[in-house]
Amino acid sequence: MSGLTIAARADPGRRRRAKYWTLYLMMVPGLLYLFVNNYLPMIGLTIAFKDLDFAKGFFGSPWAGFKNFAYLFATSDAWQITRNTILYNLVFITFNTCCALCAAILLNEVRSRGALKLYQSSILVPNLISMVIVSYLVMAFLSSDTGFINKTILAGTGRQMISWYNEPKYWPFILVFVNAWKNVGFLTVIFYASIIGIDAELYEAARIDGASKTKQIFNITLPQITPLVVMMLLLFIGKIFYADFGLFYQVPLNSGTLYDATNVIDTYVYRALIQIGDISMSSAAGFYQSVVGFVTVLGSNLIVRKISPDNALF
Amino acid sequence: MRNTRDSEGRSWGVVANVVMILATAVCILPVVLLLMASITDESTIVRNGYSFFPAKFGSTAYEYLMVRKATILRAYGISASVTVVGTCCGLIVMSMLAYPLSRKDLPHRHLFTFLVVFTMLFNGGLVPTYLLYTQILHIKNTILALIVPNLLVGGFYVLMLKSYFTSSIPDAVIESAKLDGLDDFRMLFLIVYPLATPVLATVALLQGISYWNDWFNGLIYLTDSKLFSIQNLLNRILMDVQFMASSTMGAEAVSAVANLPSVTVRMAIAVLGVLPMLIAYPFFQKHFVRGIAMGSVKG
Repeated sequence: MSGLTIAARADPGRRRRAKYWTLYLMMVPGLLYLFVNNYLPMIGLTIAFKDLDFAKGFFGSPWAGFKNFAYLFATSDAWQITRNTILYNLVFITFNTCCALCAAILLNEVRSRGALKLYQSSILVPNLISMVIVSYLVMAFLSSDTGFINKTILAGTGRQMISWYNEPKYWPFILVFVNAWKNVGFLTVIFYASIIGIDAELYEAARIDGASKTKQIFNITLPQITPLVVMMLLLFIGKIFYADFGLFYQVPLNSGTLYDATNVIDTYVYRALIQIGDISMSSAAGFYQSVVGFVTVLGSNLIVRKISPDNALF
Repeated sequence: MRNTRDSEGRSWGVVANVVMILATAVCILPVVLLLMASITDESTIVRNGYSFFPAKFGSTAYEYLMVRKATILRAYGISASVTVVGTCCGLIVMSMLAYPLSRKDLPHRHLFTFLVVFTMLFNGGLVPTYLLYTQILHIKNTILALIVPNLLVGGFYVLMLKSYFTSSIPDAVIESAKLDGLDDFRMLFLIVYPLATPVLATVALLQGISYWNDWFNGLIYLTDSKLFSIQNLLNRILMDVQFMASSTMGAEAVSAVANLPSVTVRMAIAVLGVLPMLIAYPFFQKHFVRGIAMGSVKG
């Protein structure tokens, strides 16, 4: 027995500390990481209010007040990226949830175990593929000179070929489809897991009462999974100010002619920071996203906590 | 009555199977197109475009990649080591954070849990993170750039581990191990780990997938192509197909560019990028599905 434990026995206060110091020690690497990776950048958000000069450093640079924001919101970009981010997310949330709900209900009607397993694993494949490879897949279909759609479908039926990567008007549909392709399977599996968890007695009772399959779906399945669906919707709405960077940057191949349809807050911040090197604009847009995003996440979580405390983040 | 109900049940079954077969096709066919494109003869593609049923097969793309295999093997090596190192370190650091938080007797545990949760509610975003890692921590063009930023510790995973530890490891086990004189580190590694293998496997799997698929860190922190993971290599070739040839020097480069089967080689390298994941998928499929269901309980 070590001297420390013997000493600790004598003094209850010290004993308490001695009892827990290894547990606190254990948390140090994780907390240190969160401090550096998450908390320092939060403090760093204040550069949006500075006139950053690399020679003078973060602390030496003069304060700029709201100047950066005044510049940002004077551009038409501010409206464009806000509109695109929110509208795309609203469409993604609605479309993906509806598709996943239908797929999960239908999956529950599949009787063959083998088929069920096949469907379930296949619809998850897109989720495992990185956005870079998704961009290749999209290119195989949409490339102007060699794409499947232009060469086989449009040329095959004698129609005019389309220069997909130069025509913004098609991209809202393409992006909604690609996003659904990548994410619906995942959501379906979540909904399906909840459907198979529904008490079998409810269906048994309904069958005895002579309820049809359709009635069972509308009167048992849907009401039973509504809380989960509502919760997922709220959590997605909480993230409405964040966009999937890969989807909006890689998939359209960063094509400049498409910006009106593909520019979102995340791509704007990236381009302003990395490609243009404009710290003031990018930090102002980043600050705008962080703060509004915080409010929406907080709001949605407060509502989730009211409905189902187990599913809230805090 | 019974008959109409049976036939109704059957027609639901038929509709379900038809729709799910279509959904399966939509999910799988793009990958098939990619595969077919990569084994099509170059001039056939230039003439007919990418097709599910190519008129003429060809292996020039793969032959070309074989010649340049050093680049690809290197990228594979980087992806694999980053995935293994990142996942192992992440799992250890995260469980070392989650285990104390799961101990109901730990003073101030709610405060520390809140520190984890808060990182999921609010974040500094790209600009300060980028400036911190490049200007202060000087992580640019080092292998750490692929491992450390944003991927090593996820608040979501910490909470997932914590809630599993809380619910599945009985207090009595901890108490009796304590009486046996086990310190907290041994307790975590010898008692908690074996009891928590399902959640550890799930977190390791999900984190491993995000490391393997990550290209964002490479995009912003790497300019040195020697450190490119397979995703970064793919990303670079997507934007600039000549890149594959241009990494060769001098006179050799001229012939490399001239011989580049640019249309098929892109697809071939994308196949190489997606193949490891598709080969491994059947082996972890079950855990993946369970992980998703488990994850949905918390967010």
